[in-house]
Amino acid sequence: MSEEAIAENTAKMKKVFDSPESLNDQHFSYCPGCHHGVINRLIAEAIDELGIQDTTVGTAPVGCSVFLYKWFDIDVIQPAHGRVSAVATGAKRARPDLTVFAYQGDGDFASIGTNNSTHAANRGENITTFFINNTLYGMTGGEMAPTTLIGQKTTTSPHGRSAKDYGYPIKMSEMLAELDGPTYITRQAVYDPKRIDRAKAAIKKAFRIQMEDEGYSLVEFLSACPINWGMDPAEANDRIKKEVEEVYPLGDIIERG
Amino acid sequence: MGEKKLMRGNEAIAEAAIRAGCRNYFAYPITPQAELLQWMAEYMPKQENGTFLQAESEIGAISMVYGAASTGERTMTSSSSPGISLKQEGISYLAGSELPAVIVNIMRGGPGLGNIQPAQGDYFQATKGGGHGDYRLIVLAPSTVPEAAELTFEAFNLADEYRNPVILLADGMIGQMMEPVELPSPVDTSDLPTKPWATTGKDGRDANTIRSFAMGAEALKSINQGLQEKYDNIKEAETRYEEVGVDNPDILLVAFGTVARIARSTRRLAGEQGINLGIFRPITLWPFPGNRLAELSKKVDTVLTVEMNFGQMVEDVRLSVDSDINTPFYGEQGGVVPDPSRILQEVKKYV
Repeated sequence: MSEEAIAENTAKMKKVFDSPESLNDQHFSYCPGCHHGVINRLIAEAIDELGIQDTTVGTAPVGCSVFLYKWFDIDVIQPAHGRVSAVATGAKRARPDLTVFAYQGDGDFASIGTNNSTHAANRGENITTFFINNTLYGMTGGEMAPTTLIGQKTTTSPHGRSAKDYGYPIKMSEMLAELDGPTYITRQAVYDPKRIDRAKAAIKKAFRIQMEDEGYSLVEFLSACPINWGMDPAEANDRIKKEVEEVYPLGDIIERG
Repeated sequence: MGEKKLMRGNEAIAEAAIRAGCRNYFAYPITPQAELLQWMAEYMPKQENGTFLQAESEIGAISMVYGAASTGERTMTSSSSPGISLKQEGISYLAGSELPAVIVNIMRGGPGLGNIQPAQGDYFQATKGGGHGDYRLIVLAPSTVPEAAELTFEAFNLADEYRNPVILLADGMIGQMMEPVELPSPVDTSDLPTKPWATTGKDGRDANTIRSFAMGAEALKSINQGLQEKYDNIKEAETRYEEVGVDNPDILLVAFGTVARIARSTRRLAGEQGINLGIFRPITLWPFPGNRLAELSKKVDTVLTVEMNFGQMVEDVRLSVDSDINTPFYGEQGGVVPDPSRILQEVKKYV
């Protein structure tokens, strides 16, 4: 085909897929098969579609989320491990006109920062939290988290998590749903197109709740960590569906009008 | 300046902060600074855009400060010794991210739970680190209630100017004592300096990031070098002290905060006995006014340091003066406040 013909054909084509405006034009450094990239993209798409790129401030602490400021073309605050809910609270209270989101892993949200996460939810803080639950500590080498499933082998539970020594997987979303403060709590997954669509709708709903000043919203994601799970990406997706969802069922947990 | 009022130290500090344009205050209850929190609870919500929030923990409070300071708004927290220990994580992050914020420590007895009596045991913590990493805080030490109000007001200006956390380090005596205070006139918050670095939404500019993180060794080294340059500038421009009777002293006494105030009575008592007691009072504990102290120390054989701890600032005194000068120390602990005549006994050992 001649160059002219290529140009002519290209001109006729409709662009159906592009990078969101709210993401910078560069490659993620996430591991192959990791769901962070998908979730980051969905959040960026939601920000674009809601038209809030110029008024959104993200907060993301340490671990796999530490480079959020590199991936997103929005203002970002990088707090200490576990403190994201409190830092987002401070930013939102100081500037209620901004849309503030907290992006937290399970070590952050459900272990070292539980006190801060719980009280932000209980106050009905008008922020949006994205809680990435991959059932272990990804960045530091696959250690056990409070979310680790019973029997799951990690680098600090090499014989499998024992309920006798470590209790049971903590169900943060269900726990927080017991409180009167939160407005919307949902658990989502992104391992297939249907669930990706649902997850994106949940993200947008969570942002809208904040934009309408209706209080605390939390979207938990069951996220794959194939490298630390010792699986290929397809097996990791399959594990979420067959094992992780058994403990952490998908769907809306509370929605208060 | 504004009107004169009889106020407790904790209240004067709170009111001075509001007048300095602080509109975001986050804290957790602890004695002996509770009146500060209570004043803020009453009056901060009455300010336009004023935020008072009692946090779930000291760590929560300093983290909220981190978030609010990131948006460029004037922000403060306050506590007392054990609470300040809990805040160290956030203080290190504030310093690393170069965020302006004011932290008030109304010191009580330690270590551990200690007690709720006045003490000066947190000098090391405030001036030498406290949290992890290579950072410095500007540390201001008032010795009266009016000065506590004045330095609180000034703390916000210093924090903004240098993008650095500032600690107001006062003991429980200053927090609890009542004195007439001439409060500063309130600033118009719309006149405060703009902060183009703040995370306020990227609207029309490149995205801003508040972070203390740099993955590469050279990158982090370079950030730290920048911090050190800033600290050098602060040392150069912001070292503060007060001198009393230092023209021709028989002996020089170094003290900060409440002890320096008591030492003025000791100076009168000493004068009655024919002893000219010079007093050198560091107002900035960091940067420590070591150069000026070194000059003054040449006039005497003995530089006596008195503190309400068992020897902390005295280390900076000894680093500052020549080794042939005698540098004894007298300290009290546990809430014991040295009285003027007791300090005079120490003075008389060396003249």
